[in-house]
Amino acid sequence: MKQLSIISGKGGTGKTSIVAAFASLANNAVFADCDVDAADLHLILKPKIKNKKGFHGLKIASIDKEICNKCKKCIDICKFSAIDKYINVIKDFCEGCCVCEYVCPVDAIKMIDRDSGFSFISDTRFGPMSHALLNTAEEASGKLVTEVRNNAKKLAEEQNKEIIIIDGPPGIGCPVISSISGVDLVLVITEPTLSAIHDLERILDVAHHFQVPAIVCINKFDINLDNTKKIEKYCKENCIEIVGKIPYNNIVTKSMINEKTVIEYSNGGFCDIIIDVWNNTKRRLYA
Amino acid sequence: MKIAVASGKGGTGKTTVATNLALSLGEAQFLDCDVEEPNANIFIKARINESKNVKVKIPEIDKNKCNYCGKCSDFCAYNALAVVKSNILVFSELCHSCGGCELVCPMDAIKWSERIIGKVEHGQNKGIYFYHGLLNVGEMQAIPIIKALKRKINKKKIVIIDVPPGTSCPVIESIIGSDYCILVTEPTPFGLHDLKLAIEVVKHLSIPFGVVINRDGIGDKRVEIYCEKEKIPVLLKIPERKKIAQLYSKGIAIVNKSYEWHEMFVQLFYRIQDEV
Repeated sequence: MKQLSIISGKGGTGKTSIVAAFASLANNAVFADCDVDAADLHLILKPKIKNKKGFHGLKIASIDKEICNKCKKCIDICKFSAIDKYINVIKDFCEGCCVCEYVCPVDAIKMIDRDSGFSFISDTRFGPMSHALLNTAEEASGKLVTEVRNNAKKLAEEQNKEIIIIDGPPGIGCPVISSISGVDLVLVITEPTLSAIHDLERILDVAHHFQVPAIVCINKFDINLDNTKKIEKYCKENCIEIVGKIPYNNIVTKSMINEKTVIEYSNGGFCDIIIDVWNNTKRRLYA
Repeated sequence: MKIAVASGKGGTGKTTVATNLALSLGEAQFLDCDVEEPNANIFIKARINESKNVKVKIPEIDKNKCNYCGKCSDFCAYNALAVVKSNILVFSELCHSCGGCELVCPMDAIKWSERIIGKVEHGQNKGIYFYHGLLNVGEMQAIPIIKALKRKINKKKIVIIDVPPGTSCPVIESIIGSDYCILVTEPTPFGLHDLKLAIEVVKHLSIPFGVVINRDGIGDKRVEIYCEKEKIPVLLKIPERKKIAQLYSKGIAIVNKSYEWHEMFVQLFYRIQDEV
């Protein structure tokens, strides 16, 4: 079983649209939406949820005011300033370290589960899907990403699927690292803007740091040909294969509005380009 | 006044709105809190002349004192410590510096050392006092860098905060304490879906907000219909234009190229001033 993670560094370069198109093209795959902060893949794949499970990230302190003797040791010891002067826990700041519970001399503090979101196992018209919902203002998205990936792995094993296609989050931090650790290949979607190039270089460094092989696809390559050349030069110098250059085309947005993958929505030359990207990616995945 | 520019979905134009707003004002403090992928200075073009490392505290185990009892690793909520037979490992990227391990250690074997996880840089271009943070490659935690950035806030100034994408902890840390939040979206199903998530975040923080629709005309009308129904002010619409996309791709702010856009962003600021 192979795992392919699609990431970008910069947001909005077209990761999810490309993952959705791959869903149309892959024969025997599981899809995992690891952008748990702002998941969008379900808007196209329309999963039918078969299994929903509560997700508890880090714990949160809960103070029993009846027992509390107002010694305020908890306030002094908390490194996250998560307890205010009236000895109330500030939910957005508590990182669940349990130090306040430990120092409380009267056992007034209990660490309780935080309802951080849900993980889902679903069916789609293209195959099984693992996805999640992180509640507003919750932490531990890296932990939820790991859960989504574990669910995807289980699905792939149970149903004998040969590839897991992961839609990753933007950025380079915790959820991104969780989305690429241990995968067989990373496909970075970039675009020829100075911002995206800057972010591409950083995300390739991250892939390199975690020793995951990376390939690149330039989306909307024709909006700035000079910058596309810059990306090509950078990739060549760093021995990174460019598996495709996709031109700007409003079909992508139109298919999204119609809740279809671009492959389902149209069948012109634009689709042939995406099919080439998929075939090149597959070739590298099995190389 | 502190104005945060956020979006939920990545790539909707947060940085475009934040940088053009700051540049149109001529004088402002600018904080790029997208420390994982900071791009604002591509447009602000401040000359960086100050760079300071952001350090976090991590435990250092005195192996002469440690009896490998495993109490610290049992206590650590982040799995940043592991005791294996007669060795102890510290996974410093996972450590949140809570101090718990030191508290529970019966042998007083834990001391603290510092580790660099990124940096905060400062520079100036004309009236823009620019700050951004950079998370080092391979590091997990953006929060300490965002905190370090936000300590630079000068309350007497207009402060524009460029927020990272998403809805989780780094977003909250960036937005919290702002007087107003601009939510940038695009008129597509993904844009609308993630706008709703972002609205939950700002409502959760009780911060007044309005919407800027970027790439207007590219998709459908559902974002506008939604805003009208929910009585959310649409502050500005930036049309889908090849010219705008090309300027963006070259790292050029539109307000520096067009007086009309300069005025539109100034008006955006006045509108926000009225709302606050």
